[in-house]
Amino acid sequence: MGRPLIHRSPMPGLGLSMGVTLTMLSLVVLLPIGALLWKGASFGLCNIWDTVNRERVWAALFLSFRLSFFAALFNLVFGVMLAWVLVRYRFPGRRILDAAVDLPFALPTAVAGIALTALYAPNGVFGSLAKELGWKIAYSQWGIFIALVFVGLPFVTRTVQPVIEEIEREVEEASATLGATRLYTLRRVILPMLAPAAMTGFALSLARAVGEYGSVIFIAGNIPLVTEIAPLLIVIQLEEFNYDAAASIGIAMLLISFALLLVINLIQVWSRRRIGYV
Amino acid sequence: MLTTITLAGHVSAQGTKIAEHADGRVTISTGQQKLTGWPVSRWLKGALSALALAALGLGAAPAPVQAETLLNVSYDPTRELYREFNEAFAAWYAAQGNEAPTIETSHGGSGSQARAVIDGLSAQVVTLALASDIDKIAETGKLPADWQTKLPHNSSPYTSTIVFLVREGNPKGLKDWGDLVGDGVEVITPNPKTSGGARWNYLAAWAWAEKNGQDPQEFVGKLFKNVPVLDSGARGSTTTFAQRGIGDVLLAWENEAYLALKELGEDQFDIVVPSVSVLAEPPVALVEGNIANDEQRKLAQAYLDFLYSPEGQAIAFKNFYRAWDASAANPDDVARFPKLELVDIAHFGGWAKVQPEHFGDGGIFDQIYVPK
Repeated sequence: MGRPLIHRSPMPGLGLSMGVTLTMLSLVVLLPIGALLWKGASFGLCNIWDTVNRERVWAALFLSFRLSFFAALFNLVFGVMLAWVLVRYRFPGRRILDAAVDLPFALPTAVAGIALTALYAPNGVFGSLAKELGWKIAYSQWGIFIALVFVGLPFVTRTVQPVIEEIEREVEEASATLGATRLYTLRRVILPMLAPAAMTGFALSLARAVGEYGSVIFIAGNIPLVTEIAPLLIVIQLEEFNYDAAASIGIAMLLISFALLLVINLIQVWSRRRIGYV
Repeated sequence: MLTTITLAGHVSAQGTKIAEHADGRVTISTGQQKLTGWPVSRWLKGALSALALAALGLGAAPAPVQAETLLNVSYDPTRELYREFNEAFAAWYAAQGNEAPTIETSHGGSGSQARAVIDGLSAQVVTLALASDIDKIAETGKLPADWQTKLPHNSSPYTSTIVFLVREGNPKGLKDWGDLVGDGVEVITPNPKTSGGARWNYLAAWAWAEKNGQDPQEFVGKLFKNVPVLDSGARGSTTTFAQRGIGDVLLAWENEAYLALKELGEDQFDIVVPSVSVLAEPPVALVEGNIANDEQRKLAQAYLDFLYSPEGQAIAFKNFYRAWDASAANPDDVARFPKLELVDIAHFGGWAKVQPEHFGDGGIFDQIYVPK
């Protein structure tokens, strides 16, 4: 039937969808990153290093990545717990809670930042309580941490949730009948199954937090060396029309992020091999 | 699977394929009848409809020729001023026998607004906080280098200065710049690196220290050590001070301080006028490179000229700016401004010198935060 020499894929539209995918990926992702690297390449490696190798830049990068890491770690624990509660338990208001998890995705980050600042500022609802305990939240690194937790939370929950839904109850029952305690079942049966998805969520949450700008600048206080995040430093350089320096810090962030994501991926590969679960 | 064929070149039909012919044509069944024609491969159809959509989109774009439009790219605290001014201008321009124009205004940090224009935002008029920001636009050739000589008063139709906004009753007794460096005084100002207004704050403190026999660099350093929150723009600082209750004193544009009193209640804050401050001259300019035609040039020119007219100046006074021509202004609006010693940017050697020396990368401001 027809022309036997032309081998057609059983899936329709491969050529078209592939073309669209590559075009979109190039336009949306590869081109901007390429432009950033191009800008950096024309500036020169030594100049980039001189721009980045300053105490203030290191302080900002360290602050950004450290707090993002802690926020992602917090989200990892709390997000898995939240996903577990949402999937395994039935309680009134569950659907509303489930929908609320997506709010940080939907809310403009500036709105989130202003709302969080209003709550955690010394005259806010939580801020005034904390103040009595001598604890300053807004305009300190704690404020940045809270904003980063807020924007990153849905990533872990939403990646882990479908996996928990897939886990058969029989697996846990089998574990119990073989004499495992509940904690042992959780540690050796449930968590290994969740680990790959949880790591993905952790990586997404981390990546999101590192680049977060809109919500953080409202709550951070932005004092150099203390609460100045790396993305703000980029904006400051742009404000001085210093595109090269801005690109340099951008490239530094890109490289660090890339290294971190690579490490996370390696850990994932390693854990999959060890556990034998894909 | 459905197959689409063309009949007689332009009619198309779709149905289940039942036969393929040696010449490439196919026969389909639509359920009621059998048709034979050339198959339309899917990707071709997809590409054609995408092209057709794109053509439609392009065809629809260059439409409006009727009313002239004007985009004024301005900085943060002029929102209220230009809202009122645009209305007055549109009414006046229409009364001159022109089509009522559409005036749009965009607000943001002065530097980022300048960057937007440099990167291609087609503003016909810019009204920014600092001459150095417009200079940056001029460097791209979008307007002549001598733009500041084109309009009176260094192209600044209104001026403002920096004053203190303190909490009601001035509990810490802050009277002048010297009081701000005391122990336990919290000063709120935006970041001079990101905010044009904050550069004026910094320079005003510098000028006071010079006139009072203090080392200006050390004084400004001490002042910024008392700043607990550095917002990126003037409005952010006003919010931090007024809504969040942080700090004892806000260094603010005079117009911003009066606006805060008006909007947030006169019983909450007081304005303190220091002995020395700066004469900030926010300049305006017509962006030659973004003018589409003569009609638009006429509109943009009229817009800027109207800023200098007695009516335009009265609106500036009403919005708490120190304008030049008080002939049409409400005397109350003019009388509220106290006299004080004002230092202009020429005193510091002009923006071309001040910008890199004080606010550039590694400049005097950056050194404040470098630990000794």
